[in-house]
Amino acid sequence: MNSSSLSDTPPTPASTDNFASISGKSVRPGDRIFLGLSRGSGIALLVIMAAIAAFLTYRSVLAISGDKANFFTTLDWNATGTEPKFGIAVLAFGTVVSSVIAMAIAVPVAVGIALFISHYAPRKLASTLGYVIDLLAAVPSIVYGLWGALFLVPHLTGLYGWLDDYLGWTGIFEYGDGAARSLFTVGILLAIMILPIVTSVSREVFLQAPKMHEEAALALGATRWEVIRMSVLPFGRSGIISASMLGLGRALGETMAVATVLSPSFLIGKSLLDPGGGTFAQNIASKFSEADEFGQDALIASGLVLFVITLLVNGAARLIIARRKEYSGAAA
Amino acid sequence: MAKRIDVSGLSAFYGSHKAIDDISMTIEPRSVTAFIGPSGCGKSTFLRTLNRMHEVTPGGRVEGKVMLDDENLYGSGVDPVAVRRTVGMVFQRPNPFPTMSIFDNVAAGLRLNGSYKKSELKDIVERSLKGANLWNEVKDRLNKPGSGLSGGQQQRLCIARAIAVEPQVLLMDEPCSALDPISTLAIEDLIGELKERFTIVIVTHNMQQAARVSDRTAFFNLAAVGKPGKLIEIDETERIFSNPSVQATEDYISGRFG
Repeated sequence: MNSSSLSDTPPTPASTDNFASISGKSVRPGDRIFLGLSRGSGIALLVIMAAIAAFLTYRSVLAISGDKANFFTTLDWNATGTEPKFGIAVLAFGTVVSSVIAMAIAVPVAVGIALFISHYAPRKLASTLGYVIDLLAAVPSIVYGLWGALFLVPHLTGLYGWLDDYLGWTGIFEYGDGAARSLFTVGILLAIMILPIVTSVSREVFLQAPKMHEEAALALGATRWEVIRMSVLPFGRSGIISASMLGLGRALGETMAVATVLSPSFLIGKSLLDPGGGTFAQNIASKFSEADEFGQDALIASGLVLFVITLLVNGAARLIIARRKEYSGAAA
Repeated sequence: MAKRIDVSGLSAFYGSHKAIDDISMTIEPRSVTAFIGPSGCGKSTFLRTLNRMHEVTPGGRVEGKVMLDDENLYGSGVDPVAVRRTVGMVFQRPNPFPTMSIFDNVAAGLRLNGSYKKSELKDIVERSLKGANLWNEVKDRLNKPGSGLSGGQQQRLCIARAIAVEPQVLLMDEPCSALDPISTLAIEDLIGELKERFTIVIVTHNMQQAARVSDRTAFFNLAAVGKPGKLIEIDETERIFSNPSVQATEDYISGRFG
């Protein structure tokens, strides 16, 4: 920004008529300040992003080149000493699996709640319910973590046993005994944590579904569910995807709750119910404070991988939305 | 195919506000009946009571009887969903489903009503689009989205969608008010053809349009803003426009009102 620009505003014409001259420049100081501010903010954003990316990449390259084992496939995290061996396989697996479980549980429930609030519930109940859901989002994640560790973990063993009885043959739901500190429990906890954001975004989208398309369906003799299927859900599709991506972003990056519930280990269990595993964020949080400089580099490298995964997921979501743009409600 | 509508003592409310008061009229089958009157006189509300769409509005409530031949639409045990399958509706703004193709738009009502074989569905869609004078314009792009059509084409698509389910009655709520004169003419011609098969009720603000397309015309008015709308008179269109029996009708038609 150029502060001297404030002083050289053109002098006001001395004539007495009320019409300003239409020739010549008339840049007001307010315009200049605002232009400078907004342009400056835009540039600052790009500079900060570039700085973060450069920093992460630089430290990651240091770490990966110092790694004596394969960074992507090693099932261990030992970033100290002269022979550091560490890899992200367990973290990537744990992060993706727990997030997928969370999405599989949370998205259908959230869409159901959002539809109930927007199209089924009486107005009074709807606003109360919306408020309670929003309140869920205000609970700090460490509180979810404590609740997960102290309530969810001991109470899930029953469900685990049931899953083992009926779905144990699939292999992924095998359960012996022991604490339910597994990726599956983490997934359930994450599902509860992302429920509010997915619900409230979907609800907003459903409320904006055009009345005229709902009436079109009604006038054809559609029941309430058919109205929702014909006019609300297609309109809200891209909104549901965006909402899910917001939730997924939170699930992928969730740290404290995961660190509190999971008993970390560097093994990829055959069953989802096996205790152990780890996620990127949880691993960084639990190792960062006692890591030396190279150890920090290693953790930063794993953070960069998480960043790339998040980018890929977002890109995929955008592709899905863009592919059917021709049919989107926005074109109407 | 087409049925007679017999309305007696019908009033409609929005919450505690009475929108139309004690309306009785007979709508003849295989004819076009036009509703005219100033804004807010309740003609659209009345139209929406004829397929039980009024009660969809929060607080919407209806008293009175609407007989479709010998069945009361507001009788106990009558399913409003079933009523709307019998009495089709076309809206003021063209509202094809934006996420559906042209074909799926026309087939939408059929798919709600039951299962059809693919070939049956194709036949009905083609017949309905021909019935709406749209077939020649869209036959090569049935799989393209309906929202890509022009406004007038979209409205004819909505008419095709409505007639695909073979309703007894077709209600039209100012179907041309969002269209240019050429598209309007196309719809008016279409209405003339459709009345061979359906009972048609059309709300319009355009008195020339009422005079052109309708066989009978009903004039609605309200005593003052906030008062419920009333039916002033209903008669042969020719009589309403040449020699109405009520002075208020003549004033409205000749532009002497207010």
